[in-house]
Amino acid sequence: MKTEDLIDMLATGPDVAVAPAPMGRNVLLVLGALLLSASLMAVTLGVRPQLGQAALLPAFWLKVVFSVALAGAGYMAARRLSAPGSRSGRLALLVGAPVVLVWLAAAVTLAQAAPELRAGLFWGSTWRYCPTLIFLMSLPVFAATLRIMRQRAPTRLRLAGAAAGLASGGAAAAVYCLHCPEMSAAFVGFWYLLGMLAPTAIGAVIGPRVLAW
Amino acid sequence: MQRIPLVELRHGTELRLHALFVLGLDGDEQAYRRFLQATATHLRAFLRRRLGSWPDEVEDLVQECLLAIHNQRRSYDTGVPLTAWMHAIARYKLIDWLRRHARQGSLHDPLDEADGLFASADDDAGHARRDVLSLLATLPDKQREAIIYTKLDGMSVREAASALQMSEAAIKVAVHRGLKSLAATLRENT
Repeated sequence: MKTEDLIDMLATGPDVAVAPAPMGRNVLLVLGALLLSASLMAVTLGVRPQLGQAALLPAFWLKVVFSVALAGAGYMAARRLSAPGSRSGRLALLVGAPVVLVWLAAAVTLAQAAPELRAGLFWGSTWRYCPTLIFLMSLPVFAATLRIMRQRAPTRLRLAGAAAGLASGGAAAAVYCLHCPEMSAAFVGFWYLLGMLAPTAIGAVIGPRVLAW
Repeated sequence: MQRIPLVELRHGTELRLHALFVLGLDGDEQAYRRFLQATATHLRAFLRRRLGSWPDEVEDLVQECLLAIHNQRRSYDTGVPLTAWMHAIARYKLIDWLRRHARQGSLHDPLDEADGLFASADDDAGHARRDVLSLLATLPDKQREAIIYTKLDGMSVREAASALQMSEAAIKVAVHRGLKSLAATLRENT
C-alpha cells in the first residue's frame, strides 16, 4: 500500500473525529480498583483499633500526607510521561520532596528519642509484613493505571512504568494507613517507602514490555 | 529534499499543522488529509536522514509513524506544541525500530532537537516493502470488515452497520481496535 493510499484510508471514516478522552471512565476505573483494595483490606485485616483517636494525632496524618503526596507525584509523572513531548524536568523534585521531608521528620524523632527506644521507632511491630501488604494492595490500582496508560502514548517506557507503580503504591499506602498501627516517622520513611518502591521497581522492569505501542 | 529556513518554519509549521490537526479532531477529513500529507513529508525527510544505511526501511517507518500518530491522537496534550508531540512520537518509533534491530550504533544524528522533524520535508515517497493492505487481512473479521467498509470502500457507519449486522457504536469500536491491532502487526513485521 502506498503512503498516499494509507493517508486516504486514515483520513476517511468514522474515526477521523476524536471525542475528548473519557475522563470519567478512567477515574472510575482507578477508584474502583482502590475500593477493591480497601475492602479486601477491611475484610481480611480490619481497620486499626482506635482509628478515631489516631486520626487526631499529627503522626497519623504524616503517614497519610506522605502517601498521598507520593501518589500525587506518581500520578503527575504518569500523566506527563503518557503525553509525548511534554517536559518531565521537575518531576524528580516532586517525588523527592516528600521523601526528604519524611526523612527529616524521622531524623528528628530518632534524635529526640531515648537511645533504647530508637530501634522500636524504626522497626515498629509490623515491619515484617507492612511493605508486602502495601505492595499487594497496590496491584489493582497498578493494573488499572497501566491499562489507562496503554491508551495513551508513553515514549519513555521504563520511567512511565515506574511512575504508574509509584502512583499505585502511594495510593495503596494511603489506604493502608487505615489499618496500620505504626505512628513513627522513622517507620514510615523506610517501610512505607519500601512498599511503594516495590511496584515502582516492577513498573520500571515491565514498562517496556507492557506499555510499548 | 528541500531545506526550509528554520525561523520561519518553527512558528509557521506549528500554526499550520495545529490548525489542520484540530479541524481533523472535529471530523474534517479534508483538513486531516492535508495534515497527514504534510506530516508524511517531514517524517520521510527525518527518517531518511537517520536511516541512511537502510533506505528501504524509510517508507515502512513513515507509514508506521503515521498510523501511530493517528491512533494516539488522544494523547496529544494541549500544553505541548503539536510539533513537539509529533517529534516525540517519530523519535519513539525510530528508537523502537533501531532497538528491535539492534542497530543503535548506527545512530549518528542526535535525536534531541525538537526542530529536527520539521527542518526539512521530502515529497518523494519511496516504496514501502510491507503491504499494509495485506496485513489488514490478518485482523479479526469484524475489525477488518469494519475498516474496509468505512475507510476503504467509503461506506457510512450506518451502511456498514447494517451490512455487518452490528450497531453503529460497535462499528466505531471495531475500527478503532482494528487500527490499534494493525499498528501492533506493523510493528512486528518491520
